[in-house]
Amino acid sequence: MIEDSVVHLSRLQFAATAFYHFLFVPLTLGMSFLLAIMETVYVMTGKQVYRDMTKFWGKLFGINFALGVTTGLTMEFQFGTNWAYYSHYVGDIFGAPLAIEGLVAFFLESTMVGLFFFGWDRLSKVGHLAVTYLTAIGSNLSAVLILIANGWMQNPIGAEFNPVTMRMEMTSFFDLVFNPVAQAKFVHTISAGYVTGSAFVLGISAWYLLKGRDVEFARRSFRIAAAFGLASALSVIVLGDESGYTAAETQETKMAAMEAMWKTEPAPASLTVFGFPDEKNRTTHMEIKIPYVLGLIGTRSTDKVIPGIDELEKRIAHRIDTGVIAVKKLEELRRDPHNANLLAEFNKVKADLGYGLLLKRYSADVSQATPEMKAKAVDDAIPAVAPLFWGFRVMVGLSICFLALFVLSFYFAARNSFIHRKWLLKWAVWGIPLPWIACEMGWFVAEYGRQPWTIHGVLPTAMSTSTLSAGSLWFSLSGFVLFYTILLIAELFLMFKYARLGPSSLGTGNYHDEHNAGSTAPLKSPAAPVSAKEI
Amino acid sequence: MIDYEVLKVIWWLLVGVLLLGFAVMDGHDMGVGTLLPFVGRNDDERRVVINTVGPHWDGNQVWFITAGGAIFAAWPLVYAAAFSGFYFAMLAVLWALFFRPVGFDYRSKMPSPTWRKAWDWGIFTGSMVPALVFGVAFGNVIQGVPFHFDEIMMTYYTGSFWALFNPFALVCGVVSLSMLVAHGANYLAIRTEGPIFERVRKASLGAMSITLIGFAIGGVMVAKMPGYVITSPVEPGAALNVLAKTVTQQPGAWLANYKAMPLTMLIPAIGFIGGLISLIAIARRNGTAAFIGSVLTELGVIFTAGISIFPFVLPSSSVPNSSLTVWDCVSSHRTLGIMFWVALIMTPIIIAYTSWAYRVMRGKVTVEHIRANDRGSY
Repeated sequence: MIEDSVVHLSRLQFAATAFYHFLFVPLTLGMSFLLAIMETVYVMTGKQVYRDMTKFWGKLFGINFALGVTTGLTMEFQFGTNWAYYSHYVGDIFGAPLAIEGLVAFFLESTMVGLFFFGWDRLSKVGHLAVTYLTAIGSNLSAVLILIANGWMQNPIGAEFNPVTMRMEMTSFFDLVFNPVAQAKFVHTISAGYVTGSAFVLGISAWYLLKGRDVEFARRSFRIAAAFGLASALSVIVLGDESGYTAAETQETKMAAMEAMWKTEPAPASLTVFGFPDEKNRTTHMEIKIPYVLGLIGTRSTDKVIPGIDELEKRIAHRIDTGVIAVKKLEELRRDPHNANLLAEFNKVKADLGYGLLLKRYSADVSQATPEMKAKAVDDAIPAVAPLFWGFRVMVGLSICFLALFVLSFYFAARNSFIHRKWLLKWAVWGIPLPWIACEMGWFVAEYGRQPWTIHGVLPTAMSTSTLSAGSLWFSLSGFVLFYTILLIAELFLMFKYARLGPSSLGTGNYHDEHNAGSTAPLKSPAAPVSAKEI
Repeated sequence: MIDYEVLKVIWWLLVGVLLLGFAVMDGHDMGVGTLLPFVGRNDDERRVVINTVGPHWDGNQVWFITAGGAIFAAWPLVYAAAFSGFYFAMLAVLWALFFRPVGFDYRSKMPSPTWRKAWDWGIFTGSMVPALVFGVAFGNVIQGVPFHFDEIMMTYYTGSFWALFNPFALVCGVVSLSMLVAHGANYLAIRTEGPIFERVRKASLGAMSITLIGFAIGGVMVAKMPGYVITSPVEPGAALNVLAKTVTQQPGAWLANYKAMPLTMLIPAIGFIGGLISLIAIARRNGTAAFIGSVLTELGVIFTAGISIFPFVLPSSSVPNSSLTVWDCVSSHRTLGIMFWVALIMTPIIIAYTSWAYRVMRGKVTVEHIRANDRGSY
């Protein structure tokens, strides 16, 4: 079997590269639609300031986009390089949405984004607007397909094991695409992206307002971000609830660990708002509980029971026992592929094959596994409680924080008095990083909570990697972290520089500092001057 | 549904088409990136060179990503065995590629010459290394790769990284790099004028000559190296266990397909004819015709490699029975069928809007143009 150190390092490398990638994705998702909204207003009203807004926020979008593309390259190939057994075992299903993502979404997004930047003078107003929308649609379609792939890892429906090819094979493309987990995740994730984009535009606009510069430009940007952000923040929370519901249905272990449900409670279960989970003693200290709430969220009923960790462990132990039989039957079947009786016997127990494979970590021949090994495998099958418990609560806490920010921003924007609320503007500036933390936490809870599986209930993580050496992995992990960090520093440097320059970076001659010869570069081709009235 | 056997062959063709799409589209960007430090002698000239591909490199790079995704979906075992086996080569490609998108986008966002020069070399590395390594990888595939599967189909690579750089693989690497450089030069010949045009014209002549010489040497080496044959009966229409077949090495086996079907000899011929068209056209200062010539060369070179080793796609030199062929490396019948329809519908749409994007941005990029659009250009 694969060494534990190789498995850990492979996981760490995937987590690190996905973590970096996910710094850029949410902003792309959110900004692409914000740009489309700004440009729509420009096309409808003809006001130059909205064109400048689209171009300036587009510049920041581009700085972010370049690294999204760069870090995305790794994601497409890393399954093959580092998760070879996974790629073989589930490529028949998992590869399809990935390839479709390229063909349907990423081509569109990437082709159109080039025209977004370079096509201003070559396309008609409406033509350019169409390009901006197609970029946004492409990036959001991308998210759908990636989350269909990811949703299948959480809830692997529409597939079946084939002993001849020794892998999972698709039985229903429809089930794969319309996986309820994928649907809930998609809307939750893109809404989180919209929140991120809105908080970014809101915060930077607030900074200009605090400095008293580019006021008209910033005011309009702030308003759009506040409205779009409020709608998105509401959607993130509502759809987060939907995600919780699908998780309770399909991934009971993740739900139990996330909520630190050590023991099964009579329905409807209470929700632990706060506490300190203690893995060793299987209890949560200082817990604050609200009765009934978890049962209502998780089951949408008052009488369905959500199983606790104690109950789940009993069920898993039973499935591991059946799984051992499945593994043995499969081994015999591989040697004697035309034996129909054997196939029938295997088919009876194959639903638990993955649970038998959980033992491979401890014993190459699973039928030789001792009761201690089985106990370890049962223990493995429940993800660690504390990281999930905290990760989830940090995410929820932050989302309440920026929901409040958007509610207030929208309220004061509607009353047209936000410019004078310094505290609100400061909150918006300091609140810029929060959605990123929430996004990373959400992703962490979703994927860490899937452990010990890569494909829930089907393929253990410990079996999924490539047969590389720990040394190779140290080398590649260091390289990825080094290169990504260098690029991230360059990105942040440019992002801060251009955010500080503000719309004057467009060189139109109408913005901060440009009137009093403060601009560094001479103007080459000033756009038509804009009078104050027009703004 | 279409027969499984037919779908397997269609997917072999489709992977070839995707690789060709990659070579034609991302390939010309890589050629341009490799030439950048040499044909652009000052900052304005370099910006001209970069801006010829500025609006398009991102879309073109998706050919690379989609080829990866399609191999995952259609040939999962190849995706698993090749990419984990060629681990360090893949890292070299990925790490080099990191500096290309960022180089294009960040380079001209700061006026500092040091900053710009650094990203120029980033773009060069991100273009040259992948172009070279892809050829080297293909060279190794044709000779057979030391890998095998165990009974549960876990894949093991038993070769070393440095062994990848053997004489034949290096010839393939040179062919691949010089072919993409010639192709990129032909593209620049369409989009530039003046001194840059003169430099890329020379580069195209030189690079294409090297390509054709390398292709000829490679052909002679292939004829002399041992190929592989399946010695047990195969059922192309069934779902197969890779390990159930037997494979042996046999001298001259890589020429068997050309002997059995002499028409296939047209494919390497197209490679040479395309190269000659490119040379003559660029000598006559016709960039468009030269570009068509280098597209034909790419078609000839890529499909020559594919046909020579057909039905193999990843022969194993250490345990030949573990070799992957078009019959047994594939996804299930259902997945191949669905992916075929997706590719059939989407590919023309992609080609249509990509062509439109090039049409919108058509015309020569000049130093005056860059100076007039200082803030909007790369």
